[in-house]
Amino acid sequence: MPPDAPALRVDQVSVRFGGVAALSRVSLAAGAGAVTGLIGPNGAGKTTLFNVISGLQRPDEGTVELAGRDITRQGPHRRARLGLARTFQRLELFGTLSATDNIRVALDSFGRSTERSAVALLERVGVAREANAPVSTLPTGSARLVELARSLSINPQVLLLDEPCSGLDERETAALGELLGSLAAEGRSVVLVEHDTELVLRICSVVHVLDFGEIIASGTPDEIRANEAVQEAYLGRRQAGGGA
Amino acid sequence: MSVFLSFTVLGIVTGAIYAISATGLVVTYTTTGVFNFAHGAVGMIAAFSYWQLWQAWHWPFALALAFVVLIEAPLLAVAVEFGLMRRLHGASVERSLMVTLGLLVILLGTATIFWSSPEVIRSVPAYFTSADGSVGSVRLFGNNGVTIEYQQLMIVVVAAVVAVGLGGFFRKFRLGVALRAVVDDPELVAMSGARPFRISQMGWALGFIMAALAGVLLAPLVGQTGLTADQLTLLALNGFAAAVVGRLRNLPMTFVGALVLGLVTQYCVGYLPGHINGGLASVLTSVVPVVFLFVVLVVIPAARLAPAGRLASRLAPKVVSRRQSIAGAVLVIVVGSLVAGVAGATALATVSQGLALGIVGLSLVLLVGYAGQVSLCQLTFMGIGAFTMGKVSGGDSWWGVILAVVLSGAVGAVVALPALRLRGLYLALATFAFGEVAYSAFFDNSSVISDGESINVGRVRLPFMHAVTDRAELIEVVVAVALCALLVGFVRRSSFGRRLVAMSDSPAAFATVGLSAARTKMAVFSLSAGMAGLGGVLYAGQQGGIGANDVQFIGSLTLLLFVAIWGIRTITGAVLGGLTAAALPVLQTHLPASLADVTGLAAGVGIVLLGRSPDGILGMGWLVDRIRLPLGDQPSDFTLVKDVVRAT
Repeated sequence: MPPDAPALRVDQVSVRFGGVAALSRVSLAAGAGAVTGLIGPNGAGKTTLFNVISGLQRPDEGTVELAGRDITRQGPHRRARLGLARTFQRLELFGTLSATDNIRVALDSFGRSTERSAVALLERVGVAREANAPVSTLPTGSARLVELARSLSINPQVLLLDEPCSGLDERETAALGELLGSLAAEGRSVVLVEHDTELVLRICSVVHVLDFGEIIASGTPDEIRANEAVQEAYLGRRQAGGGA
Repeated sequence: MSVFLSFTVLGIVTGAIYAISATGLVVTYTTTGVFNFAHGAVGMIAAFSYWQLWQAWHWPFALALAFVVLIEAPLLAVAVEFGLMRRLHGASVERSLMVTLGLLVILLGTATIFWSSPEVIRSVPAYFTSADGSVGSVRLFGNNGVTIEYQQLMIVVVAAVVAVGLGGFFRKFRLGVALRAVVDDPELVAMSGARPFRISQMGWALGFIMAALAGVLLAPLVGQTGLTADQLTLLALNGFAAAVVGRLRNLPMTFVGALVLGLVTQYCVGYLPGHINGGLASVLTSVVPVVFLFVVLVVIPAARLAPAGRLASRLAPKVVSRRQSIAGAVLVIVVGSLVAGVAGATALATVSQGLALGIVGLSLVLLVGYAGQVSLCQLTFMGIGAFTMGKVSGGDSWWGVILAVVLSGAVGAVVALPALRLRGLYLALATFAFGEVAYSAFFDNSSVISDGESINVGRVRLPFMHAVTDRAELIEVVVAVALCALLVGFVRRSSFGRRLVAMSDSPAAFATVGLSAARTKMAVFSLSAGMAGLGGVLYAGQQGGIGANDVQFIGSLTLLLFVAIWGIRTITGAVLGGLTAAALPVLQTHLPASLADVTGLAAGVGIVLLGRSPDGILGMGWLVDRIRLPLGDQPSDFTLVKDVVRAT
C-alpha cells in the first residue's frame, strides 16, 4: 500500500442507467482523520456514488481504491471486511431484530460479539435506552443512530454516511456533528452526504459538490461558499446572481 | 422440410397459448403487485366450466364461451379480490405468495369435487369441426408443406389481438395509468379522487379473463383423453417462464418469450430421438418449460427483475431458551412414547408419518421461517434422502441415513448456487422449477423408478436397536423429531440464527457489514435440505418405500401451507403442520367421495383465512393466552405484533 494513498479514492467513475448518465467521470479522494462532505441537489448522484463505493452498484467505468488498494471488482461484504462501512438514505436495518442484535450481527462477522460490546456502541451514538426494542418500532431519528452504531461495529477506516441527520432534531444533529468529529479524530475517514449544508460546511475539511452526476466544485467550506457554480446549482442562476 | 414446418406451426400455436396465459399473469402483476400462482388453476376452472356448459348442459357454443370468459372469470376475479387480496395490501411477499398458492389448491380441490368422476371423459371438440366430424384446416406450401387447422390459426390470431390490444390499452387509456398507480400507492390514488379497490378489481378481472381465454383455447387441444385438473393447471403454469422473460412487466418480451418457449418445446418433441432410455424425449419435452424458467431466472440480471413486492416489518422469530427447548423435547418424547404404547395400527402409522413430515416442516422453519427463503420443493429434498437410503445397503443401514442427509444437503447447496441472487417470488419460482424437473426427469422417470412402483426403504437399523414393530418405529421417529427441534432451537439462539434473520430483513445491509449472503444462503439451504432428507428417510421407512407420488409439487405446497397455517416461524408449528398433513388424508377415507380433496381444501382455506397473520395460528394472541403449547416458542406479545403491523 503506498504510504501517501488517501483512505478512499474514486477515479473517473461513470454509471449509466439506460440512456441516463447518473455519474460522469467522478473523481474524489477522502483523507484519513477528516470529515469529507458530499453535497448536491436531489438526484445529483450522491447515493449512486455511495452505492458504487460500497459495491452495491458496479460502475460502467472508473475505479475505487481503499487505502491504495483497488477494490472495484470486490463484492460489498469483502469491502466491509477491508474496513469500509456505510449507512443508507432509506434505512436498511434488520427490522425485526432488536437494536442490540442489529449490532451483534455485525460484530459476529468479526468474531467478537457480546451483549456488552453491542450496548457500548449504542451508548456511543446515544440510543442505549432503545437497546431491546425491535428497530422497526423506533422513531426514524433513533433508527438512524442504530444504523450508525451498526456501521461502527465493523471498526471501519472509511465510513460513508448517507443523510444521517434526517429525522434528528436540532440538539441531536449537534451531538451527531460532535460524534463525527471524534470519529475523524480517531483517524477514520468519514464521508458525509447531507442536506443540512450548514452542518456540512461547519464540520467538513473538504467538500465536493455533485450536480447532474458531475463534480462541479471541490474545496474547503469557504471556497465552496464562494463558488458561483455551487450557488447556481442550489439556487438557480438569477437568484444566485441577485443574492450574491 | 414438412416435418420442420409442422413442428414450427405447432410451436407457434403452443407459444400463442403460453402467451395468452403469461400476458394475463403480467397484467395481474403489473396492476396489483401480486404474482398469481393460481393463474393456471383459473384457466383450468374456465376449461371445465366451458365443457360443463357446452357439452354437458348443451348450451350454444358461443354463449358458453362468452359466459365463461366474459362473466364467470370477471365475477370470480371480483370475489377473489374482495375476499382475499384486498386484505393483503402491505403484507409480506411470502404472505401474498402463500395466499395465491392457497387459492391454487382451493381451485384444484373445487375442481375435484365437480369434475373428477372417472366414468365421464370430459373432452371438448375441436373448433371449426364440420358436420362429418373432420377438423377444418388449410394446406400451405403445396404437397411438401404443412396443414394448419383453423383453430390453430384462431389461437395465434387471438394471442396477437390480446398482445396488441393490451399494449395499446396500457399506453393510451387513463385506466391503464391508474392501474399502475394503484400498485405503487393505493392511498395516494384514493386521495386523488379515484377508487383504488375498484381499479385493482379491474386488474384482477383482466388477468382472470386472460387465464380463462387460455383455458378455453387449450381445452380442445387436450384431445380425446379428456380434461384433468392437474394437467390443465400445470400446462398453464408453463406460462410462468414466458412471464419471467418479460420480467413480469414487459408485454412484448413476454410474447417473444412465449413463442420461443413454444418452439423449443415442439422442436424437442419433433427432433429428440424417442427411443433413448425408454422415452428420454418425452421426459425432456415435459421439463422444457421448467428448465426454461430456471435458466431465465438465473440468466436475467438481478437488477432487471422487477422488485417482487415489499417485505412488511414484523417481529423476529422468537428465541427459545435452552431450558424451554429441552423441556419441549422431553415432553415430545414422553407424549410420543405414550402414543406408541396405546395407539392402534392406523394411528401409529399416521403419527409416524406426521412426525416425519414434521421434520421436513422443521427444515422449512429454518429456510422460510428464519431465513425468509421460500422453497416450493422441500418434498424433492425429502425424496432424495429417501431414495439414497433405499439404494444403500438394503435400505435400512444407519450409514444410509448419514449418506441420505449428506446427499440431500449437497443437492440443497447445488439448488441454492444458481439461485443465490434470487429472493422472494423469484426464488420460489426457481425452487418450483427445480422440483418439477426433479419430478419429471428423475422420480417419475420409469428408468429410475418403474411406473407406479416405489424404491424399497427399510426401517433404520441402529447399532443398539432396530425398529421392527410399528411402536418401536414411532419411538425412533419421535426421538428424531425431538433432536431436530433441539437443533432448530439451537440454530435460532446461535449467531448463525441471528444472521439468517438479518439476511431476510435486509440483504443490502447484510453485505455492508461484511457478511456473505451467498455463503449464508448456501449453508441454510443445505442444512434445511439435509434435514428434509432425514424426514424422507423416516417417512419412507414407515411406509416401506418412496415413489413419484410422494414428491409431487402439490405435496410440497400442501405441507408448506400447513406449516404456515400453524406458524412457520415456530418449532411447534412445524410439528403440528406435519401431523396435519398426515392426518387429513386419513380423515378423507371416512368422508363421502364427493369431498375428494379435503387435504388441499383445508390447506387452501386455512391459509386464506389466516390472511396476513405472519405467525399463523400460534401467533394469535387469544389462542396463546388460553393454551400453553408444548415447545414454548410462540410469540408471547401479540399486541406488539399488531402494533408493528399497524405501524407499517
